Amino acid sequence: MRLLAYVQSLASRFLRRDQLEAEMADELRAHLELRADDLVRSGMSRTAAERQARIEFGGQSRFKEEARDMVAGRMIETVVRDARLSVRQLRKSPSFAIAAIVTLAMAIGANAVVFSAINGFILRPLDLPNERSLYVVERTADKASSESYLNYIDLRDRTRSFESLAGFSPDQLWITSGATPSRVWAFQVTANYFDALGIRPYLGRFFHAADDQGINSAPYAVLSYPYWRTHFDGDAAVVGRTIRINKQPYTIVGVAPEGFRGTILFFSPDLFVPMVNQPQLDGTNQLTSRGQRLFAVIGHLKAGVTPTQAVSELDALGQWLEKTYPKENEKLRFMLGRPSLNGDGLAAPMKAFLGGLMLLAALILIAACTNLGSLFAARAAERSREVALQLALGASRIRIIRQLLSEAVVIALIGGAVGLWGSVLVLQWLSVWHPFPQFPLNMPVAADGRVYLVALALSVASGLVFGAVPLRQVLRTDPYAIIKAGAPAGAPRRLTARDLLLVAQIAVCALLVMSSMVALRGLSRSLRADFGFDPHNVTLVETDLAMAGYRVPDMPAMQRRMIDALQTIPGAEAVALIGQAPPILFVSNGSKVFTETTADLEPASAVTAAVMYSVSPDYFLAAHTRLVSGRQFTWHDDASAQRVAIVNQVFARRVFGSPAGAVGRFYKLPDGARIQVVGLIPDGKNSLNLADEPQPAMFFPILQSPYSDSWLVIRSERDLSQLSTAIRAKLHGLDPGLPSFIETWTTAMQGALFAPRMASITLGVLGAMGAILSVTGIFGMAAYSLTKRLKELGIRVALGAQQGEILRAALGRPFKVLLFGSAGGLVLGVLASRVLSFIVYQATPRDPIVLAGVVLAMFVVGLTATWIPARRALLVDPLILLRDE
Amino acid sequence: MAEQAQVLPGTLDLLILKAVSLGPLHGYGVLLRIEQISRGALSLEQGAVYPALFRLVRQGLLKGTWGTSDNNRRAKFYQLTAAGRKRLQEEMEGWDRLAAAIGLVLTARPEGA
Repeated sequence: MRLLAYVQSLASRFLRRDQLEAEMADELRAHLELRADDLVRSGMSRTAAERQARIEFGGQSRFKEEARDMVAGRMIETVVRDARLSVRQLRKSPSFAIAAIVTLAMAIGANAVVFSAINGFILRPLDLPNERSLYVVERTADKASSESYLNYIDLRDRTRSFESLAGFSPDQLWITSGATPSRVWAFQVTANYFDALGIRPYLGRFFHAADDQGINSAPYAVLSYPYWRTHFDGDAAVVGRTIRINKQPYTIVGVAPEGFRGTILFFSPDLFVPMVNQPQLDGTNQLTSRGQRLFAVIGHLKAGVTPTQAVSELDALGQWLEKTYPKENEKLRFMLGRPSLNGDGLAAPMKAFLGGLMLLAALILIAACTNLGSLFAARAAERSREVALQLALGASRIRIIRQLLSEAVVIALIGGAVGLWGSVLVLQWLSVWHPFPQFPLNMPVAADGRVYLVALALSVASGLVFGAVPLRQVLRTDPYAIIKAGAPAGAPRRLTARDLLLVAQIAVCALLVMSSMVALRGLSRSLRADFGFDPHNVTLVETDLAMAGYRVPDMPAMQRRMIDALQTIPGAEAVALIGQAPPILFVSNGSKVFTETTADLEPASAVTAAVMYSVSPDYFLAAHTRLVSGRQFTWHDDASAQRVAIVNQVFARRVFGSPAGAVGRFYKLPDGARIQVVGLIPDGKNSLNLADEPQPAMFFPILQSPYSDSWLVIRSERDLSQLSTAIRAKLHGLDPGLPSFIETWTTAMQGALFAPRMASITLGVLGAMGAILSVTGIFGMAAYSLTKRLKELGIRVALGAQQGEILRAALGRPFKVLLFGSAGGLVLGVLASRVLSFIVYQATPRDPIVLAGVVLAMFVVGLTATWIPARRALLVDPLILLRDE
Repeated sequence: MAEQAQVLPGTLDLLILKAVSLGPLHGYGVLLRIEQISRGALSLEQGAVYPALFRLVRQGLLKGTWGTSDNNRRAKFYQLTAAGRKRLQEEMEGWDRLAAAIGLVLTARPEGA
């Protein structure tokens, strides 16, 4: 009721402003008339009575002011008035306003970007129905959600904790309906996938568990919504149409709903095909091997089942599987992970990285706040006379404080808006960014309501925080003393809270500068890292023979023909072939390795695990991989010869104890094959995570370990466009139906280097912000303390002080602050080295170059920040100063 | 005329509500009514009455309607709303309690006297 009346009067206040003013005037007139009537009745003349009535009433403008406040709430009125005054005040000192706004815009912008990333990757789920009960099943041993088809079937049929368990695996397929094969990214999924997730098709139907009638029984495809729009023009008649996938006919049964992007956050597949058709699509059956971990397992917990109960049930199933199939299963213990980042294998480092970034961004904001706090304090001090005058004229302290705070909030809001605007631009760019065109990257980082809300809250909060810094100063102001004697001259000798604030700020900034130096070092290291091969001037051609219809026995001959054909291209120095992607590009297949004398080939008795590649004889030549000892492969290392391998040094150390005598010795694979080592190569990089320790690797001759995926490796100085025309022509001449995807090795590696580079760039930007903030902070302090002590300095000059003395007096304090702050930052940085090394490749802040770099950077910061104040101090003219006052 | 007394801070609203509760009044009438009832002891500052009236209207305790005074002047007449009547009741009870308590304190005598 009261609220209603309030709102009504507020509304009327704005809507019927003139009418209200008129009414107020009417009422005033009525009062004066009535009073005058009374006075006339008591014997006064009309004119005198009217005059008397007006005098008794008092000031009419004050009446109007107060009445206006009363008629409608004061709040909005006051806020608007304060804001208007603030803007006017700020326009009087534009450089101050711009410095403050830019500082805050940077800080808020950085926080908004980082928060959006957290929002997109961690807070915002996949947007599936009942996502709270949706989990991926991971193995505790390696935190990966990945099971073989047979293990999955057992888990699915025996579990009582899940409504149903489904599996999915990202895969790359070729649409061969058109003239040239085109590549698509797909999820191979179990037939119950969509039902297990509980989603409905946008168009047509999904395939269901009942469609799974055994191997190759379900030639159906479901399109993703975006793929349907871009490749089928959103044509509803596609349902029922047949397309050729890897040359096999598949019926499009439906289109997935618009928002559905599969069940991994980063990856948006174009279509979904049933897992049971994997043998048909890939040409080799991987579904029958219990040891072959193929796909992630996902499902909804039944209502009332806790994750702990589910895990203990899964563990019991795992134990049973270990006992029943000891050869293929070891350490089958499970945990449940959130599906969006495919469980903890991805989510944990992502969370750590984003958490670290948020921390740094928060530090930036804190640094910006202390920075602005001291700027505001300096400003309040400069205006102490004005404030004293206002106080002397009867303004309440509350009113003055409100004015200062509203100035701070106005700056904060403008800064926040600018920062948010910048961050939205960055985010828009990020979410449509395709750093590697061959991968369907999906970065869900566009700003949403939550981001705007956080930015607004941060702006207002930081405005209040830095606005509150000078409050004590204002509250203690003694108007009479200031007006009498001017602002208190001479800086206090003891350490003030403001100095401590600044030291803290410098420390934080030094820490940021340090982390960016560490990041840059890491980046330059990762660029110069010894991969064990040289990707420059190498072109990769990705092909798939199984898809093109070749059976395993025919593959080696075709691969040989491809190599021979490409070798005839002018300018091709070396041509080779590697089964599956070359090192680093994707997660490589691996295998357990046993010593020659091991009889019992159970997983537990393996001596190590190694990644494996199948290569043609010239691979090491084409990749520029140096042979430490032994020989290269030849075409005579074929199926009828002794099985051989070229291994790296870690492999040799793990299996044979030392690399020295490795060449010529034997080891065993899980299938019992005896392999002789014929060559030794340097460790190189074989894992997606470049920061990892080198992994054992073994290379087999392609003729002894045939592989359907075939990557041709062509070393040539010629440029890509000429080369790829020639390559396409040659391959087309061999087989027009052969799919091929051509790119340079360096481009392909962008994907592998993406994460560390992103991290380095981000840290670099944050560090630069830190440096800028320290410059403005020190500058603000130096300029302020100089202003306060100009008179004193003038007297010193007049008494004959030398330039050095003047400088020491004027800038000693800012320099001390810089010194202590930087030292603090260095100590913090060394302490935080574990956090940093988490983010950056081979990061260590104990690196002498980094330490020296930070010291140098802070020194430059100090010079830059004190340059102008120092010049001002040296140019002090004592006469002018003495004349002032 | 009785001796002048100060209007205690915070009691202006109470006085106005009470005055208006006796019958609709215009602003000047409120002044006169309070002066008259208190036999001239309480005299309000003329300019202060109107902001208080506006505030009470905004709070929904009073409502104002334009009418004509005894001597044919157009003026705005205020009267209590239901909420205003309730508030007056509360304020009066509060005042009674306060007055009684202050009275007790002020009439206290030294013990054993």
